[in-house]
Amino acid sequence: MTIRLSDEQRALRDAVRQLADERIAPRAAAIDASGEFPWDVVELLAGQDVLALPYPVEHGGLGGDLLTVCLAVEQISRVCATSALILVVQELGSLPLLLAGTPEQQARWFPDLAAGRALAAFALTESEAGSDAAAIRTRAVRDGEGWRIDGAKRFISQGNVARWVTVFAVTDASPEPVRAKRHMSCFVVEQGTPGFTTARLEHKMGIRGSPTAELLFEDVRVPDANRVGEVGEGWSIAMRTLDRSRPGVAAQAVGIAQGALEVATRYAAERRQFGKAIGEHQMVAAMLADMATRTEAARQLLYTACEEIEAGSPAAARWSAMCKLFAGDTAMAVTTDAVQVLGGYGYITEYPVERMMRDAKITQLYEGTQQIQRHVIGRDVLARGG
Amino acid sequence: MRIVVLVKAVPIVGNERLGDGFRVDRGSGLEPNGNDEYVLEAALKLTETHGGEVTLLTMGPAAAADALRKGLAMGATRAVHVSDEALAGSCARATAEVLAAALRRLEYDLAFAGADTSDGQGGIVAAAIAARLGLPYLSYAAHIEPGADGATVRVHRLSPAGYDVLEAPTPALVMGTQVLGEPRYPSLRGIMQARAKETLTWSLADLGIDPARVGAGAATTRVLSAAPPPPRAGATIIRDAPDVAVERIVDFLAARSLV
Repeated sequence: MTIRLSDEQRALRDAVRQLADERIAPRAAAIDASGEFPWDVVELLAGQDVLALPYPVEHGGLGGDLLTVCLAVEQISRVCATSALILVVQELGSLPLLLAGTPEQQARWFPDLAAGRALAAFALTESEAGSDAAAIRTRAVRDGEGWRIDGAKRFISQGNVARWVTVFAVTDASPEPVRAKRHMSCFVVEQGTPGFTTARLEHKMGIRGSPTAELLFEDVRVPDANRVGEVGEGWSIAMRTLDRSRPGVAAQAVGIAQGALEVATRYAAERRQFGKAIGEHQMVAAMLADMATRTEAARQLLYTACEEIEAGSPAAARWSAMCKLFAGDTAMAVTTDAVQVLGGYGYITEYPVERMMRDAKITQLYEGTQQIQRHVIGRDVLARGG
Repeated sequence: MRIVVLVKAVPIVGNERLGDGFRVDRGSGLEPNGNDEYVLEAALKLTETHGGEVTLLTMGPAAAADALRKGLAMGATRAVHVSDEALAGSCARATAEVLAAALRRLEYDLAFAGADTSDGQGGIVAAAIAARLGLPYLSYAAHIEPGADGATVRVHRLSPAGYDVLEAPTPALVMGTQVLGEPRYPSLRGIMQARAKETLTWSLADLGIDPARVGAGAATTRVLSAAPPPPRAGATIIRDAPDVAVERIVDFLAARSLV
């Protein structure tokens, strides 16, 4: 398959790139240093309709396909991984509704999400249920016409700033911890609902401006109208969500790698040692060549994966895992090499590559660790004979 | 208000390449000229406030479509693209003749143009068009507003003492620069809506212009040579403490009679 961006996709990509370079890049260092959630970037992205990309046109969205959303994520990630995460998480938190929401639910929630007036978040992971997501213990029990949710979620990106959080809970009469796959359901919980609180925010290595929350649910009552999909459909919704959201993480990783490559290349052209620009020394040129090649390979795999997933490929899970696996490892390698190219200057905060390296690590961890991605791919390889 | 904005598609600034005859290569990688974006922004603000439509007008190769697309995404209603193989290598005189001919086929109250372009920097096409069409020419507008009677335009032009106010009957041609204010980013919604907007393509035949009057063969100016500037000599970098640094800087400037 040949990936050719349409004129419109190129125009969208270039517009986001310009926005990122001119308005977001100058904020990146301060966002990382302060660790504060950049509401001004949310406003900027909302004002330029970037947050509207994933939503259907009839609800104020732009009806962007997966590749188009990833193009936007990639361009923002070049300059600020935290800012790019705003769009990634907006889509992630909304995917259960995009995939399984009723027309009424979509009409209720999408307009504000598309306009960027409200943020979304996705709450599956728990302290004791990360890679083993099926081991979640948060429960939803029938309570009159609605449900009562009790439990706790951990490592929820933007969990404290989202107006609506899609929460996955076990719905089963038995009080014993059960293997949740057939007993998991999905609910939208609104910020401010009594009993729904943020217990803490994590201090992190990277993406420091993105709040990562522990969410507590104590007797949280939600109406049945907030249930997304059928009772027991939660696991399927979660897995289908990750199939479509992992490319977003891959796009973030490709963008981080690209940004680091550009900084390293500029530095190598200007820094002179031993009488010439260091880029003219073979060892440095070789590093830049490898960085560029790996980044392009990650990009091409991402774009192809987006097209395959959008086209409904039966191997969507494999494509999704592959692009995220390759891009995450690429981002870590390229940013590490970028620090190396800058030498001592790469280690200090005056230059952005140390932040990019700290930001890159998360792409090997969230939305499924690299080990989980390999597990998904390996299983599919064996099932298909290659 | 009907405003036609003249837009030139120029190479992305910093990426200019010279082709045959020292002519700027405009085959690909084009964006709207900077000054043209400023006047386009002014036009969009005026029509948003007072009603009306903005039409983009460009003379350029096929690659100029990208620049038009951006202008449509910013909010222009439609675009007119004058394109013809015979136009390659046209000088400023020919450009003015072609654009004036295109304007004769359009209905407008105001025509806006940027002061000069980042690739040619001639700065005369706007005035030449106004002269050909007999339009009032209001240059270096820092502020533009319609006259109270609806049949005039009023601009402020900055002066050492403040600003002058110029007024003229419409239709008129207004020329401006970045003083008019930062152009908006095209919103993504705007980019997607641009797809549905009308772009008219006109050839020389549509304008009734003889190809022999335009193009490289008819150019009244010729570029004799062009070269990148010589590499800069080593710079003096001052890293001293503020009091010492200030003295060194003042000495440097004084030695060059700059203070």
